[in-house]
Amino acid sequence: MSDIDTADPAIAPIKRPTRWHIAVFLAPAVLVYTAIMILPLIETLRLSLYNLVDGQTVFVGLSNFATLFSDPRLSASFWNALGNNLIFFVIHMLVQNPVGIALAAMLSVPKLRFATFYRTAIFVPTLLSFVIVGFIWKLILSPIWGIAPSLMDLVGLKWAFAPWLGKPDSALITVSLISVWQYVGIPMMLIYAALLNIPEEVLEAAECDGITGWSQFWKIKLPLILPSIGIISILTFVGNFNAFDLIYTVQGALAGPDGSTDILGTLLYRTFFGFQNQMGDRSMGATIATVMFLIILAGVSLYLFVIQRRMRRYQF
Amino acid sequence: MTRMLKGLMLATTVLVPAALAGVANAADTALTIESWRNDDLSIWQEKLIPAFEAKNPGIKVTFAPMAPTEYNSAVNAKLEAGTAGDLITCRPFDLSLAMFEKGQLAALNDLDGIKNFSDTAKSAWSTDDGKTTFCVPMASVIHGFIYNKKAFEELKVAVPKTEDEFFALLEKIKTDGNYIPLAMGTKDQWEAATMGYYNIGPNDWKGEEGRKALIAGTQKLTDADWIEPYKTLAKWKPYLGDGFEAQTYPDSQNLFTLGRAAIYPAGSWEIAPFKAQADFEMGAFPPPVKKAGDTCYISDHNDIGIGLNAKGKNPEAAKKFLAWVASPEFATLYANSLPGFFSLNSTAVKMEDPLAQEFVSWRQNCKPTIRPSAAIVGRGKPNLDLEMWRVSANVINGTQTPEQAAEETQKGLESWYKPAK
Repeated sequence: MSDIDTADPAIAPIKRPTRWHIAVFLAPAVLVYTAIMILPLIETLRLSLYNLVDGQTVFVGLSNFATLFSDPRLSASFWNALGNNLIFFVIHMLVQNPVGIALAAMLSVPKLRFATFYRTAIFVPTLLSFVIVGFIWKLILSPIWGIAPSLMDLVGLKWAFAPWLGKPDSALITVSLISVWQYVGIPMMLIYAALLNIPEEVLEAAECDGITGWSQFWKIKLPLILPSIGIISILTFVGNFNAFDLIYTVQGALAGPDGSTDILGTLLYRTFFGFQNQMGDRSMGATIATVMFLIILAGVSLYLFVIQRRMRRYQF
Repeated sequence: MTRMLKGLMLATTVLVPAALAGVANAADTALTIESWRNDDLSIWQEKLIPAFEAKNPGIKVTFAPMAPTEYNSAVNAKLEAGTAGDLITCRPFDLSLAMFEKGQLAALNDLDGIKNFSDTAKSAWSTDDGKTTFCVPMASVIHGFIYNKKAFEELKVAVPKTEDEFFALLEKIKTDGNYIPLAMGTKDQWEAATMGYYNIGPNDWKGEEGRKALIAGTQKLTDADWIEPYKTLAKWKPYLGDGFEAQTYPDSQNLFTLGRAAIYPAGSWEIAPFKAQADFEMGAFPPPVKKAGDTCYISDHNDIGIGLNAKGKNPEAAKKFLAWVASPEFATLYANSLPGFFSLNSTAVKMEDPLAQEFVSWRQNCKPTIRPSAAIVGRGKPNLDLEMWRVSANVINGTQTPEQAAEETQKGLESWYKPAK
């Protein structure tokens, strides 16, 4: 077909003027993004292959990575941080996302009163700075000044109170739940939007077939919002493996007690910038950053190339 | 992002004050002091710097402090980038030595007034052979315990001299129930080591004797003398406040100054802030000894000095400032504006604060020593100081036995440190 088209002189392709405006409109974003994201990323990857030898920066190949995984102390802290990070992620997936979906499902019930108020109230913590969130929760949970002990006392649960942030067994769970509290608004909003997008006809058709209530949620709504859940999962994954801020504000750079809340972000910070009497090590920090980058890249690729392709989408 | 943030923070903390100083009088030589003492900002701005500027017209000094835990890495980054101020506040021992060896700090052997300091005072900022000094010693801090005099009077108890008396006293305060016996938490970790292990330890490892033996390799951190302080620390646990595991350093300070705790394991740097906060009389006692009559040892730690940026822009003006810091005039001014930071100047300094006098009086009977992790054994990775923070907190929390704690620090030390044979 195409050769016939071009052979016809009457509809020969019109020579279009070069579309400069595309480049012009893209330029600011490309320039800014390159300057503050892409170049530092490349520089970090490069730095992970270099190290200081006798005061000179020299190319050392993969030896930084070899040190990271073979040095007994470094590798122990790395695996500890990775393990904690996984727990951090699993708690988000098990608590934040199901709760977010449940909240969205409840909000989309048409008869619910004050829906806008709930929606706003649940979303507000997401807008707060992590410094404020960290500080508020540290105060709430403080065994000395906090209101948690006295509130629990009111309902006779004083015995169940413990200095959660200071105990190695509970600190990581506590910090994860604080983060869940802060970010639960995001899955809620995305799912809420997806639920509102389901056309009335589909739901009416379901009702005609006698599918109502819970089974309507499981059989009709949930499959339709699966793509949104996929997006939320990947956002959670990237966010959790990049996390640093909340742990830093609540537990400090040492991520105590005894490294029990140390995740990759805090380990990277301490290694790269140093802490108190320990000097920063740029190369090793860059190495950890590279490993973090690869972990996130692997997770995102897995999602994009394996999971997302198999996901069914419905067109209305 | 963090990079950007850091850049912005540096820009706002350094450039803005510098720019303001520049506006004030363009012809003046501007000097910037890099420091981690943000608590002292107002004292530098209101007392120390005006005193210097009055005598040295034409020199404008700016005090630019930053967060203590970030100071070392930030100031190193600035020195490497050539954006650091002319005057660099020096951490003691290994950290500043590393800066000198990199050529970032200038030698100060021929500075006017450097003779005002004894070799001990200079040891924290001299090369290992003691020949070159690269920072002017400013002050040392002494560890001990600060107590609430009112609480002691109410309970009719006296200051403890021995460890047994100390624990009997803690028990008595606890039974009485009005006060938390000891105000200390383990959340920030450094209190456990700095106010705990380094505070009471010298009595067990016999101060300098043990510290030097550790450096020489004739003693190990797993020896009984080094485990003993951990054992004592473990016994502190029942006397700390409820939920001490989540109690931060400011929490502890507030508990004490609000009069809710009786004893505060302290460093003398607390004196000035405590005076400002507490409305009761305070006293102090040195770490109790094992048996009555034992020699007492105190941690009298060279803590702060000031040096010259080797690549600074105004070395002449900066040297003038350093010579002033080395003078007895500065010593008196500093020690009295910041009671608890004791002058290292050989000229005797008259201090007016009774609590500071109390601390300094221990020097007459007790043998001083410095923190064991500061010199020579504090150079490697893992950093011994940070390791000691962590294990001391673990020992008090009860998640590690004293033996395990000692074992871990010794293993970390052995992994890089080979004592000179």
